Amino acid sequence: MKFAVIVFPGSNCDIDMFHAIQDELGEEVEYVPHTADSLEGFDGILLPGGFSYGDYLRTGAIARFSAIMPEVVKAADAGVPVLGVCNGFQVLLEAGLLPGAMRKNRDLAFICKQTQLKVENNTTMFTSCYEKGELITLPIAHGEGNYYCDEETLAQLQANHQIAFSYHADNPNGSLENIAGIVNENGNVLGMMPHPERAVDRLLGSEDGLKLFQSIVRNWRESYVVTT
Amino acid sequence: MYKVKVFITLRENVLDPQGTAVESALHSMSFEAVRDVRIGKYMELTIEKTDQDIDDAVKEMCERLLANTVIEDYRYEIEEVVAL
Repeated sequence: MKFAVIVFPGSNCDIDMFHAIQDELGEEVEYVPHTADSLEGFDGILLPGGFSYGDYLRTGAIARFSAIMPEVVKAADAGVPVLGVCNGFQVLLEAGLLPGAMRKNRDLAFICKQTQLKVENNTTMFTSCYEKGELITLPIAHGEGNYYCDEETLAQLQANHQIAFSYHADNPNGSLENIAGIVNENGNVLGMMPHPERAVDRLLGSEDGLKLFQSIVRNWRESYVVTT
Repeated sequence: MYKVKVFITLRENVLDPQGTAVESALHSMSFEAVRDVRIGKYMELTIEKTDQDIDDAVKEMCERLLANTVIEDYRYEIEEVVAL
């Protein structure tokens, strides 16, 4: 499986993402600059964390108009797995690939710590290697992760089981319904504030993020690779 | 030329944590009469006159980029000015 890591000006988790895919997952991966105009040949698209365009105006608001974004939208519409982590999630929200918006954290502070998450839905292509209700530990590092959507959207998210991860026991940022990560209606676009790519090795304090990437690969192999 | 002033605020039903923090600071300065503080953004745009309707153009700018209408409301004022 071949992944693209989209690099925006101000991305700073692109190398972590690349490392997770190449060294821990053992799959192919390439950096794709925001100026590129094609994602041809990639089986998975990764939007990394960071501070694209300095978070000017709003987080993700300017990155969303990058040359590469129409290609990301096209890939998402075609069913290619698209994962946005942290700033990548914010970009997906601004691009309208996921519903809702981010507010500043409830306590206005930038929070950088390990959080405990609950796997709410393990039937998505991003979570199938986890158990339903499994508690996992992933780090967060953000100032705007306070997810918000209107009541109607929340009802849809719940009815369609689009909430993939929620904060367990302690909600660090005030997000609605403790939401930490959601998928789109088709289930092939996941946005999440916690960083699975920073939790792929025991040396990093947790390897609970690895199963997320393994889920993507397993699902892709089951769908596209003919086994003999 | 046009001078356009754009005002963006969080929607009324969206909690404004910055506003809440400033409100409590004002209370501690003994301005207890302050009931609500909403913090927003103010932008000034200078726009050349073109064939496109200025109102349509500014509205599109607000809808697509300047405001995130999921959580923000916007309003704007357009003033025609004579270029120097």
